[in-house]
Amino acid sequence: MTTVAPTLIESTLQPNLTLVLVTVFLVATGTALALDRSLVRVLLGMVLIGNGVAVLYLVISGRAGRAPFVGEDPAAISDPLPQAMVLTAIVISLATIGFLLALSYRLWQVSGTDDVPDDAEDARIQRLALEDQTSSTYDPSEASTTTSDELAEEGVVSGAGSSGTEPSATEPSGTEPSGTMTARAGGDPR
Amino acid sequence: MAQLLLLHLLAAVVAPWLAKVLRRKAFPVLAVAPAVSFGWLVSVSSDVRAGNLPTQRISWVPGLGIDLDFRLTTLSWVLALLVTGVGALVLLYCTWYFAERDPTLWRFTSVFTAFAGAMLGLVLTDNLLVLYVFWELTTVFSYLLIGHNPASSTNRRAAMQALIVTTFGGLAMLIGIIAVGVHHTYSISELLADPPPLDAVTVTALVLLLVGALSKSALVPFHFWLPGAMAAPTPVSAYLHAAAMVKAGIYLVALLAPAFAGAPAWHALTVGLGLLTMLVGGWRALRQHDIKLLLAYGTVSQLGFIVAIAGLGTKTSALSALALVIAHGLFKSTLFLTVGVVDKCTGTRDLRELSGVGRRLLPVSVPATLAALSMAGIIPLAGFVSKESALEALWQDVQTSTPLPGPWSWLAVTGVVAGSALTVAYTARFLWGAFATKPGVDPTPVKAAHPGFVLSPLLLGVGCLLLGLLSPLESPWLMPYAVSSPLGDTPPSLALWHGLTVPLGLSLVSVAVGLLLFVRRDVVGRAQARVPALVDGERGFSRTMRWVDRGAVETTAVTQRGSLPIYLAAILIVFVALPGAAALTRGTLPSIRLWDNVGQAVVGVFMVAAAVLVLVTRRRLTAVMLVGATGYGVSLLFVLHGAPDLAITQMLVETVSLVVFVLALRRLPTKFTRHPHSPSRTWRIALGVAVGASVGLIALVASGGRTADPVSAEFPTEAYAFGHGKNIVNVTLVDIRAWDTLGEVSVLVAAATGIASLIFVRTRNTRLSRATAKALPSSNPARGTWLHGGRTMRKEKRSVIFEVVTRLVFHVMLAASLFLLFAGHNQPGGGFAGGLVAGLALVVRYLAGGRYELDEAAPFDAGLLVGLGLLVAVGSALAPLAFGGTILETTAVDFTLPPCGEVHLVTSLFFDIGVYLIVVGMMLDIVRSLGTGIDRQIADEESEQEREVART
Repeated sequence: MTTVAPTLIESTLQPNLTLVLVTVFLVATGTALALDRSLVRVLLGMVLIGNGVAVLYLVISGRAGRAPFVGEDPAAISDPLPQAMVLTAIVISLATIGFLLALSYRLWQVSGTDDVPDDAEDARIQRLALEDQTSSTYDPSEASTTTSDELAEEGVVSGAGSSGTEPSATEPSGTEPSGTMTARAGGDPR
Repeated sequence: MAQLLLLHLLAAVVAPWLAKVLRRKAFPVLAVAPAVSFGWLVSVSSDVRAGNLPTQRISWVPGLGIDLDFRLTTLSWVLALLVTGVGALVLLYCTWYFAERDPTLWRFTSVFTAFAGAMLGLVLTDNLLVLYVFWELTTVFSYLLIGHNPASSTNRRAAMQALIVTTFGGLAMLIGIIAVGVHHTYSISELLADPPPLDAVTVTALVLLLVGALSKSALVPFHFWLPGAMAAPTPVSAYLHAAAMVKAGIYLVALLAPAFAGAPAWHALTVGLGLLTMLVGGWRALRQHDIKLLLAYGTVSQLGFIVAIAGLGTKTSALSALALVIAHGLFKSTLFLTVGVVDKCTGTRDLRELSGVGRRLLPVSVPATLAALSMAGIIPLAGFVSKESALEALWQDVQTSTPLPGPWSWLAVTGVVAGSALTVAYTARFLWGAFATKPGVDPTPVKAAHPGFVLSPLLLGVGCLLLGLLSPLESPWLMPYAVSSPLGDTPPSLALWHGLTVPLGLSLVSVAVGLLLFVRRDVVGRAQARVPALVDGERGFSRTMRWVDRGAVETTAVTQRGSLPIYLAAILIVFVALPGAAALTRGTLPSIRLWDNVGQAVVGVFMVAAAVLVLVTRRRLTAVMLVGATGYGVSLLFVLHGAPDLAITQMLVETVSLVVFVLALRRLPTKFTRHPHSPSRTWRIALGVAVGASVGLIALVASGGRTADPVSAEFPTEAYAFGHGKNIVNVTLVDIRAWDTLGEVSVLVAAATGIASLIFVRTRNTRLSRATAKALPSSNPARGTWLHGGRTMRKEKRSVIFEVVTRLVFHVMLAASLFLLFAGHNQPGGGFAGGLVAGLALVVRYLAGGRYELDEAAPFDAGLLVGLGLLVAVGSALAPLAFGGTILETTAVDFTLPPCGEVHLVTSLFFDIGVYLIVVGMMLDIVRSLGTGIDRQIADEESEQEREVART
């Protein structure tokens, strides 16, 4: 069908404008779709981008030619290497489609929509940042780990422990990290 | 020496078991490890003195310069003696310290023994990287020991502080070590024998090493962690303060001092911060009421003193630093151990409550007094001798102005005298507080102490006295280290009496001032209460930690928006801004062809139109069809390009994915909904256009960049010579680039498994239900139907024509798929295409006859097929090894098979069979999950609803 004059697989490339333009459009529309919230649209966008990249491989292949078989004129065949690369990519794209579809279906099953929600944990951290708060695992206690000598001076705290294995276990009140964590988690709207 | 470490490791490993069996009697057994090590160290002492330094090398990672080198120098010998001797006595002491039924013994015994081993390794190794490993091991073990009682939040926080501070220092040190190692050498002995020139890298590395040492030895501004660490059980404190952990920092300073004492910033960091620490520690010790805490601040003060003296770097100071380390190790361990006894026998450590204990606990108060006098530097104890020597070193500095210039040397002497005065004062406070009979305080009730409990402090306390009396005998053992310093003259021997010298005078002044401070302690206390704590490292630490935490929250809040479109847009914007902009501004466009043939343009227009329409439509299925249209367009472009394999595969994949889309989307809403937080459409399209344009531009510029002949120019000849096949693309897949294919089929396996696990959340779908197994209405015999499974479907869903066609076509499709597989090596086809056709045949069976029909057609688990395929592919890849070939090598075998005649078998066929099986398995997984799995969920929900209706 293609009657191209015999040429070697070129060491210089003359890109095919038509194929480049097809790539541009496929990638552009695919990207616009991939930026959507709906997971199915994201998937369709990825498929479009994938198709665009497959065409891009044709650009890199150089001239169209005869099918790459031994026995054909080696000077007239198309470049086989990009074809081998695209072939596996095509099959993997099928696997990707299946996986993302299963993901979309599962998302719909769990949340009633296939829209990808914002991460709740990140939203919580942003609220902390807005309120100039520390993270939930931060231990806010600034009490000294030794009996503070100022306090000892005033006789507020007994400086000595009762037994050797339990030296001066003066618990600072309400500074358990777990306590603050539950308090913060309680304020989470989710 | 490695054997000693192994002994400790072995002891640590069996310790939990020993503790379970022997309870606290495990301690004396475990003490054998350090005791044996101590014995060995004593046995080689004459070698060390004579300079025949024992060395040992075990090659570990030679490529990185990491060898398990061990060597014994005077310095490491002294430290090792201290580590093992004190370690053995402290372990012995633990026998009576812990309760018989203490449930934490199994953990404590093990960690403590490992800690002792790590410390021993630290001082024995000759490799900086190995030293770092032991260094961090002591950090980790001390963390576990300080946090011995995790129920107390004070203990937990003290342990965390110690961990963070010393790890911070350790990391700084690691950078320093690597800088030294890359620049020079990792071997400590080589580094000391041939110090590198003091250029910027070496000085920076040195400062970083010192940061590590100072944080470990609790010098200002890191001093706060050590008093907090006394939350640990008393034997741990004794070991930590006297012999291990904090001595690691001093060891490092003493190790580097002979070679690097003259470096910039060295004296400021060691002598300056050391003396400051001596004063801060002594000042705060004076205010404590807990005698253990008093001792802890005393340790801070003493560590500052020792680092200052070791850092000075003259011969005399080196000698006195080593003497100080020994004296401090003896008296501080004695004091902590006696505090432990007092604590156990009276139940308190508050010096306001203790009264009259000294007289009734004589076996404790006598060694404690000896040790305390040694700490204060009173004649004739070890502490006096070493302090005299230190003052002598400083006085030499004043006279010669080296290494510290005039005013600084005077400042140093004044600092040490002031620090010694504080030491005398807090020592007096300790002795008075712990043992004196105080007027107005009832005598504290005292329980008798077990003789074994006081044995260790007694031995160590007597050691303080003996070492002082026998000090002239001590010097020759220490001298080899002292003379390794280049500065100053050979020092006079250690002795109790050097005559009426200036250092003696300074000593007397400090004792007098110290006693005065103690006698007028009420005045001093009031003065102290008015002066705010000038150096409050702990508050600085809390602020730093808060600042780090806040910084992390803010950074996370800015970078982690939690929104998929934003993350994606960030990546894409970078793509446009960097490679895209570079192609636009720097790229040169090559000459361009319009097309190879007009057909490409026709197909292209058709594809672009479909792609643009996808953006417009709001119906899901329309969008899927349009995307499919672009896929078929791609297939046509492949045909026009001369790529039949690609065209076949693309066509098959496109068909399968259309079916899969419809199967998966059948339950989802028919239209896309508008999400409130979606980025606006204009914005998305603008970014899309930018990305598309960038891709196009880069494609053009990159195409013009090709200069070399493509690697594939040789493929036609190679394909037949090595791959024995005529289809070059297929040979590329199964031979030339077979590694790629192997990776890609692994991706398929992972994806197939992922799909199945998303739908069948708990188990893989192994529950097959074949149509014949299902109870079919008996009035409807199986004979005469086209498909068994069809009868399980609802009437309105059945299509007889479809069933008939399926029955006729299914086996033909399977045959075709096998043909593609076997012929693929020489004609269009191959494992991928063949697998897809077989999978499509299964899809057709499912569509015509439902899920029971699918199980009828494929009565096995998809996972089995996928796994089998991977096994065949990997097996055929490895098989050539058995015949002396290389992995994935292809050979051709010709033989005669009677009915078929000549057979030309190419071994890569087996690899292709693996690919085929994996693709079929993946297809089966997709249909089982998105077809059968969803069918079953629908059926379950419907029967659930029916039951609901029936109930109401």
